[in-house]
Amino acid sequence: MEEQENTIPEIVEEKEPSSFKLIFALGIAGLISGVILVGTFIYTDPLIKANKAAATQRAIFKVLDGCESFTPLTLENDKLVEKVVDPNKEEKNDKNELLIYAGYDANKQLIGFAIPGSEPGFQDIIGTIFGYDGNKKVIIGFEVLESKETPGLGDKIFKDADFLLNFTALAVEPEIIPVKKGEKQNPNEVETIAGATISSKAVVRLLNKTMAIWQTTIDDYIEENNLTVSEKDE
Amino acid sequence: MSEIEDKSKAAEEFMKGLWKENPIFVSVLGMCPALAVTNTAINSLAMGLATMFVLICSSILVSLLKSIIPKQVRITAYIIIIATFVTVVDFSLAAFVPAIHKELGAFIALIVVNCLILGRQESFASKNTVGLSILDALGMSLGFTFAMLCIGIPREILGSGSLFNIPLFGDSFEPWVVMILPPGGFFMLGFLLLGFNWYAQRKKKVLKVN
Repeated sequence: MEEQENTIPEIVEEKEPSSFKLIFALGIAGLISGVILVGTFIYTDPLIKANKAAATQRAIFKVLDGCESFTPLTLENDKLVEKVVDPNKEEKNDKNELLIYAGYDANKQLIGFAIPGSEPGFQDIIGTIFGYDGNKKVIIGFEVLESKETPGLGDKIFKDADFLLNFTALAVEPEIIPVKKGEKQNPNEVETIAGATISSKAVVRLLNKTMAIWQTTIDDYIEENNLTVSEKDE
Repeated sequence: MSEIEDKSKAAEEFMKGLWKENPIFVSVLGMCPALAVTNTAINSLAMGLATMFVLICSSILVSLLKSIIPKQVRITAYIIIIATFVTVVDFSLAAFVPAIHKELGAFIALIVVNCLILGRQESFASKNTVGLSILDALGMSLGFTFAMLCIGIPREILGSGSLFNIPLFGDSFEPWVVMILPPGGFFMLGFLLLGFNWYAQRKKKVLKVN
């Protein structure tokens, strides 16, 4: 307690230090800070980037069953094009850039697309990635990456096994409709969680919104690149 | 000053943060992390250690630079120093333990404004030797970590039925979910502060009677 009382500025007037001294002191503090920060950044940046890439890869492999490799695709003039990653160029971290991932199995056959999407939930934005089979037009996997939904209620959107079963073959056409538990009759219906209606409806809204952005471009992409799985292959 | 006196002073500077001037229970500083990230024991511990790192490093630097930092710009200089180490913690956690970094989220950056840290620079490190400043910072941050765990451990046990992610009870345990929600933080903190103050008052009364 004693030290805290000592913080009251002393009344005895000291000689004002020159402006140069003030700038010098702050300059030194800034210099030390800069050296420490740059050092830490150089050391940790590659590790942080590797962690992020690994997390994305894990999520893609999870929502696309059997996926062995993937290529990032981006929108350019309303068309899906392969995003060229130039290792020599510093990657811009553009958060607004829309990016999806085409996943292939061991035989380089297209399994589907991993599509990130987010939507406000009950508490905060729910960030997800889901797997979409462009040929059958069904959602084949769903993974929540970020969520602050209420533990025990809203967090069932990624903890409740019954709810996750909705996303094994969920038709996206004409649109996904939320229904009460036990009332699912059509392939495009999602059984919501009792007690977490807002969170589950947010998930449905997210899927519909995100599919609205990508559906036509994905259709075009499949047609253009002749990726349609022929009957023989099935 | 004799050597023994030096030693006892050093010991006192270290011990005071643990109990007598515990940053959370006595000074009631650092409430933002104490309420926000104590929903699990592991988060409490991680936040305690992150704060410890920032506090110790800043105290060393501030006490080293105390002679060249004029009074007029001291707060600015302290903030630069503290923010530096907070950023170091932020990068390091993201690089080595991304899961914990994600859990703690914005609260790592908010260590900058933890008044416990700025308070120690202003009231201690800027007036004392490096050695004493380290002891003071160590004691304070251990006291802080201890208090964080005091809040975090019961919250996790009651709210999730686990401790350090290890389930304690069988499936029959119905978690007391409110304890890991924000209100649970207030309940637990209020409860502990009540206990602390009750204990302090009782001690005072006993002293008076004697």
